[in-house]
Amino acid sequence: MSRLYLDANATEPMRPEAVSAMAEALALPGNPSSVHAEGRAARRVLEEAREVIATRFGARGRDLVFTSGGTEANALAIRGLAAGRRVLLGATEHPAVLAAAGPDADVIPVLGDGTLDLAALEAALVSGGPALVAVMAANNETGVLHPVESISETCRRHGALLHVDAVQMPGRLPFTLGAADSMALSAHKMGGPKGVGALLLRPGLDPAPLLTGGGQESGRRGGTEALPAIAGFAAAAACPLPEGLAAMRDAIEIGVKALAPEVIIAGSGAPRLPNTTSLILPGVAAETQVIALDLGGVAVSAGAACSSGKVRQSHVLAAMGYGAEAACAIRVSLPWNAPEDTPARFLAAWEVMRGRLIAHRR
Amino acid sequence: MRVLVAMSGGVDSSVVAALLQEAGHEVIGATLQLYDHGAALQKKGACCAGQDILDARRVADKLGIAHYVLDREEIFRRDVMRDFADSYARGETPVPCIRCNQTVKFRDMVAMAEDLGCEALATGHYARRIEGPHGAELHRAVDPERDQSYFLAATTSAQLAMARFPLGDMPDKATVRAAAARLGLAVAEKPDSQDICFVPAGRYDALVGKLRPDAAEPGEFIHADGRVLGQHGGVSGFTVGQGRGLGQASWDGEEKLYVAAVDAPKRRIVLAPRTGLERRDAEVGEVNWLIPPPAAPLRCAVKLRAREVPRAAEVTWDAGAGLLRVVLDEPGVIAPGQACVMYDGDRVLGGGFLRTRLPVDTDRAAA
Repeated sequence: MSRLYLDANATEPMRPEAVSAMAEALALPGNPSSVHAEGRAARRVLEEAREVIATRFGARGRDLVFTSGGTEANALAIRGLAAGRRVLLGATEHPAVLAAAGPDADVIPVLGDGTLDLAALEAALVSGGPALVAVMAANNETGVLHPVESISETCRRHGALLHVDAVQMPGRLPFTLGAADSMALSAHKMGGPKGVGALLLRPGLDPAPLLTGGGQESGRRGGTEALPAIAGFAAAAACPLPEGLAAMRDAIEIGVKALAPEVIIAGSGAPRLPNTTSLILPGVAAETQVIALDLGGVAVSAGAACSSGKVRQSHVLAAMGYGAEAACAIRVSLPWNAPEDTPARFLAAWEVMRGRLIAHRR
Repeated sequence: MRVLVAMSGGVDSSVVAALLQEAGHEVIGATLQLYDHGAALQKKGACCAGQDILDARRVADKLGIAHYVLDREEIFRRDVMRDFADSYARGETPVPCIRCNQTVKFRDMVAMAEDLGCEALATGHYARRIEGPHGAELHRAVDPERDQSYFLAATTSAQLAMARFPLGDMPDKATVRAAAARLGLAVAEKPDSQDICFVPAGRYDALVGKLRPDAAEPGEFIHADGRVLGQHGGVSGFTVGQGRGLGQASWDGEEKLYVAAVDAPKRRIVLAPRTGLERRDAEVGEVNWLIPPPAAPLRCAVKLRAREVPRAAEVTWDAGAGLLRVVLDEPGVIAPGQACVMYDGDRVLGGGFLRTRLPVDTDRAAA
């Protein structure tokens, strides 16, 4: 039986365009920093990629810094722009942002639907000195979209910088830097390769580098650029948005609720990514659900993946006010190439899993 | 059949997974993460450190089986580590490996095996599960050196029905290592795990003191005849039968003294000569029966600690009180908190935990 991969928010399958672009770039011998013809050829691929990605996400090429991925892009923004500012961040941020901000950051709560509490943000900005606000555009576990335009407007009124962790947006919904000051991207969440990302900056902003070295990326990120990965990144960024994911996601949610009315869909009242659903099956550990579905041929995850492969209770759902249920949620995230029969196949596997769990709990 | 294998990353459970796969079963590996990697990494030779999880995963990859790491830190802290500290604070000598088998291993993993549609849960324990006329029976391992049946005595009949112990029939450890080598497992030469996995360098009193500071408060050494012999640094440092670490209270003239009892509420350590330690009667609680509970007194052999030869005894089950009353044929040292496991030859009949019964009224003794 073929596998059904529904863990796109962990990583998207590679776009064929990205694979081709990478293969071509791998054949280039030059270092983009070299003066000779080989170097210039590499440099041209690098700068074309920079322009493609920057343009796609509403920034200028010169304001794009290539990084090793979303984690580094977030860290570069938060550590590199926070000088003299206190850091405020949303309660449902990714561990990469939480860790970069450190334990002294102020946490802005979210509402029950997972969206940022704008009143709390306002109150936090009114009191205290200059701030850097870091929020995610779309949550990796629930797909809930923060009201970034409203957040941006609030930040502007209070003179705060706004960094947006947009890692989960590209490839799912149209999104640009807009009025934010910086924005983190990750190639492999949009069908590009793992190991490359970018930080987009408002013109004039210059974060202090995390890595110094040979002056690459205008001195903002030392180290030879990962040219093949960057070429793949640009090819993935140029791909059209997939269609039909929302309909499949809705069919999954309707089907699961029909099978088990006790299921809770976290964040379903908020605007969400079209490919993501967070299904809470009360009383059944997420870990058990993920393993049972894996053995049934379906790849999903419980909250965020941890490097050890173990499953932890979701801080995202806890921040949304869920108690014990926070340990009972699986994330189903549809990839760009999800087959049409995805809802039917998922529901069949889910029904087998639930049937077995219910049988042993009686 | 589909089998869940509890893989610790050691040679034993690795061989179990490989043998079951070789026999044609669908094997699913699971490794429990029981405590923080970072704190545990400094430890070698105890099970479940971070490296062991990596080893388990490597074996699973080599076999090409599904493998999962299960985060059981919170449950382990509550049901095993906390219980361990509480037991010491009560003046007992706990057996955490039994608690671990009883809770995170068999209670939880049998449930998970059922949830995953598995027909069995296999572990690397050295014991035999024999299908008897009235269901699964627990027997000692073939290799007496390795036998772990004592540590499995809290396994219920229902759990035993699901359990499989493929190593119970192995003649010795060398055979298991040879099997590992034959199966191409990188862990074939890995050292055996030792002592209590979550206690760094065998220093359990630091852990107990952290979880139960009251167990590290000083108190008195008293002689069984009532004399105060000195001060001690907390009841958690003492277990019944102990002769070391008594300081100036070690000797009563020419006579070597041992811990005869720990009166935790009053923080008193009662000392006595060797002959004053031994008793014939004991009470056992939390009894798990692997046979129908006997209505009449039963002659059997009992083990009162992991490393000892079973002793002849008569046991009487008081169903109303939920207590097993044990009378040994020959007196012995009885340490509360240790398990009392009943045997009929190689077969485990059941087991429970020895209760504290002070041989003397320490108030009167101290007066």
